[in-house]
Amino acid sequence: MTKQYETVIGLEVHIELATKTKIFCGCSTEFGGAPNTHTCPVCTGMPGSLPVLNKQVVEYAMALGLAANCKITQVCKFDRKNYFYPDNPQNYQISQLYLPIARDGYVEIETGTGKKKVRIHEMHMEEDAGKLIHDEWDDTSMVDYNRSGVPLVEIVSEPDMRSADEVIAYLEKLRMIAQYLGVSDCKLQEGSMRADVNLSVREAGTEEFGTRTEMKNLNSFKAIAHAIEGERERQIELLEAGKEVVQETRRWDDNKEHSYAMRSKEDAQDYRYFPEPDLVPIVISDEWIAQVKARQPELRTEKLERYKKEFDIPQYDAEIITESKKMADLFEATTEICGKPKKVANWLMVETFRLMKDHGMEAEDLTFSPANLAKLIDLVDAGTINSSVAKKVFEKVFAEDVDPEKYVEENGLKMVNDEGALRETIEKVIEANPQAVADYKGGKEKALGALMGQTMRAMKGKANPGIVSQMLREMLQE
Amino acid sequence: MGILDLTALELGQKIQKKEISVREAAEAALERAQAAEPVINSYVTLDPEGALSQADEIQRKIDAGELTGPLAGVPVAVKDNMCIRGQLTTCSSKILSNFKPVYTAQAVINMKNAGAVILGKTNMDEFAMGSTTETSYYGPTKNPHNTAHVPGGSSGGSCAAVAAQECFGALGSDTGGSIRQPSSFCGVVGMKPTYGTVSRYGLVAYGSSLDQIGPITKDVSDCAAFLEVLASHDPKDSTSIRREDCRFMEALADDVKGMKIGIPRDYMGEGLDGEVKKAVMDAAKVLEEKGAVVEEFDLGLVKYAIPAYYTIASAEASSNLERFDGVKYGYRTAEYEDLHNMYKKTRSEGFGAEVKRRIMLGSFVLSSGYYDAYYLKALRVKALIKKAFDSAFEKYDMILGPAAPTTAPELGSSLSDPLKMYLGDIYTISVNLAGLPGMSVPVGKDSKGLPIGMQLIGNVFQEKKLLRAAYTYECATEKQFERPAHLSGEDGQGTDGAGQSETAKEAHQA
Repeated sequence: MTKQYETVIGLEVHIELATKTKIFCGCSTEFGGAPNTHTCPVCTGMPGSLPVLNKQVVEYAMALGLAANCKITQVCKFDRKNYFYPDNPQNYQISQLYLPIARDGYVEIETGTGKKKVRIHEMHMEEDAGKLIHDEWDDTSMVDYNRSGVPLVEIVSEPDMRSADEVIAYLEKLRMIAQYLGVSDCKLQEGSMRADVNLSVREAGTEEFGTRTEMKNLNSFKAIAHAIEGERERQIELLEAGKEVVQETRRWDDNKEHSYAMRSKEDAQDYRYFPEPDLVPIVISDEWIAQVKARQPELRTEKLERYKKEFDIPQYDAEIITESKKMADLFEATTEICGKPKKVANWLMVETFRLMKDHGMEAEDLTFSPANLAKLIDLVDAGTINSSVAKKVFEKVFAEDVDPEKYVEENGLKMVNDEGALRETIEKVIEANPQAVADYKGGKEKALGALMGQTMRAMKGKANPGIVSQMLREMLQE
Repeated sequence: MGILDLTALELGQKIQKKEISVREAAEAALERAQAAEPVINSYVTLDPEGALSQADEIQRKIDAGELTGPLAGVPVAVKDNMCIRGQLTTCSSKILSNFKPVYTAQAVINMKNAGAVILGKTNMDEFAMGSTTETSYYGPTKNPHNTAHVPGGSSGGSCAAVAAQECFGALGSDTGGSIRQPSSFCGVVGMKPTYGTVSRYGLVAYGSSLDQIGPITKDVSDCAAFLEVLASHDPKDSTSIRREDCRFMEALADDVKGMKIGIPRDYMGEGLDGEVKKAVMDAAKVLEEKGAVVEEFDLGLVKYAIPAYYTIASAEASSNLERFDGVKYGYRTAEYEDLHNMYKKTRSEGFGAEVKRRIMLGSFVLSSGYYDAYYLKALRVKALIKKAFDSAFEKYDMILGPAAPTTAPELGSSLSDPLKMYLGDIYTISVNLAGLPGMSVPVGKDSKGLPIGMQLIGNVFQEKKLLRAAYTYECATEKQFERPAHLSGEDGQGTDGAGQSETAKEAHQA
């Protein structure tokens, strides 16, 4: 019988802040752009240039800290972290070590095993580095400093997580908070949210922590879950074989589902941190904290409760809709226009989620307008189109944000309520399907469905199904 | 009296009155520079063409009434650690021997806006590390008063250029005495303003928390005029201070009645040259006779200033100089195997011995396990030194003492013993650690004819008191700028005219 092991995980999460300009200069933070076009003497480390702190970065970091129940460090400072690498133009990164902006907080997460708190050790502000581009053909490397100086907040958790599920729940929680606050879009693929996983294992029931490793290069929730499983197994195997886990940094390769040692503790760099002399300490007054708090938008929990009360929608619906700020915003805006919260919720939860899944999209990628969804709902309610046509129209709204009224008009999709045209079609269907007619008359109610389907198909889906059903019954009696 | 014997303000006045054209002034300085340079070596880059075209442009603006300030048309020199767009800015280092900045330092912009003509960039100790201007990649600068002696440093090129009349004033930078000590050695007036008074934007950093740009001039009035132009609040420099009291020329009054001046006994004791001591005490007497109350007191902590300074400055320097790596600009080694090897070779070949010494010292004091014992302790000493000055300024309007323990040493006598060289900074570095203003004023010469400087130290923002005392001293002694004895008084002698661009140093750079 093998021993039982517990996994202990702490996370270092980098979130890129959605400020318009960089943390220490006026250059744009916009993604993309030709190499080195969003640069200046400051973010390319030119001799004699000096950093000037972007106040918006402090406010965003404070907002994150407050939302995660942290204490704000009212006199906080920047420090230099020294290391040589070409993506880092000064060969030091301006970060925070001694007095980070926020400390001692927590967020609450929920998984299949229940609710728990994950404590936040600290949050600090820092600058991003540039990007190296390796030209295999030329065997040269080039550097693009467009990302250099983009503001980041690093959130360091306590080792409070015990499974991949908890880690994902924690990351989703952080992402939701950041998105609700509007401080970051948190897209893992684009690197605006990055996580390093510190993991150790210990025998179940013991108090002492095992030796941990740090895993880097995790750019999707899937990769994070895989890496956690892989690393847990690797460490347990080592311990079972009587070997020791080495404290080291490992790089996860998600294609090979395997991690590689990058560097051990012995050759860990000495960053020679010291206070950044080019920046003055940031003094955060009680008033400033109060202002940021007052501007804090409604977070998910409050929104969820309000939706249940104000719109009378079920807990389940409210949970799904408030999972992302974008979805919640869409819900509120559409409801505001058409006044039908339950129907709006249904369209979002069913059709919208289905199409998002088909296209591999996230809520942040949605482009259709609340006005067009509201119009579509009104068209169905007015009996202008039936529900199957509505689904097709919604696909167009989803993809191209078309005006459903115009689209229905232009493509002749209005429901046909004209009895004359229907009668003609039904007669043809009855004539062409003697067996089904006989079955129905013989008492097989199911046969009516087949005849309905034939009729709807012949009408290209535009018939009002209620009227078709009624007329079929009448005509079969004749 | 020739053009070169005028002070900056006198020249500015004659230019406004159209008695002298800006071009004439620039040509006079350039001719003198070209005659003096083979011996003095004040400049890393002399820019005759650029200077003359600036001169014509400034003349046009003066004629159009657009430039009316006291320094409009005055030719000046800039220490080679301040960026000027498109112009070689080397910090007297091989590693920046090909570096042309993409922007101009704010202090230089201020001078340009005031109508100054920039003649070129002056020699310095490499990255401002040194007290003799001997650590320059471009060879040492000589003291114009005796070319067998050093001009001091690190702003030795700027001070020698002013002393040798190769310009009418210059910009220097002062991290531990780099304006005041060479000013003292070269017989010129130099001021390090209160930290934060002059923007550091565009000044290649040595010790960021200590660096400050300041003027080097022929007399006290010029010093006030330059400082008035240099001082400005700059949003690009977070440590820049918004000051409302920058009309420094208003301070030029011949009156020290009732002013309380303290002389630290700690500055006048062991290690101080007898002739320097006498000259400084005589100067104090002059001020006393003019009505100042002069007394001696104990400042304290003086012996801790040097280790604290070299710890903090080297720590910051080790980080500030990391960006010189051969990747983006500057020198890169010719052959290398990989990135790491490129870094190593570039920096080994690109930096001189004194710079490497300070990078190593700075890296050591910041390394994990030593940070608390050295760097943090040095910061505590810095705070204590500030406190000692605070309590002195409760009693005194200013502190008076020597700028350096000796007059200028002979060339080649300092670098072999760095510790001794570091001790030469003993009277100046506390002022940087405390962020105070300090100035050096010529008070005579020793028996070898080498100039002696008196240092005045004020509380933060008290530059005006220093200027008033220095001006009063000048008035009382009828002291005027003394051109070095061996330099000819004739303007423009022995030159073959302006024309060479970027100077004699091209050969060295190649």
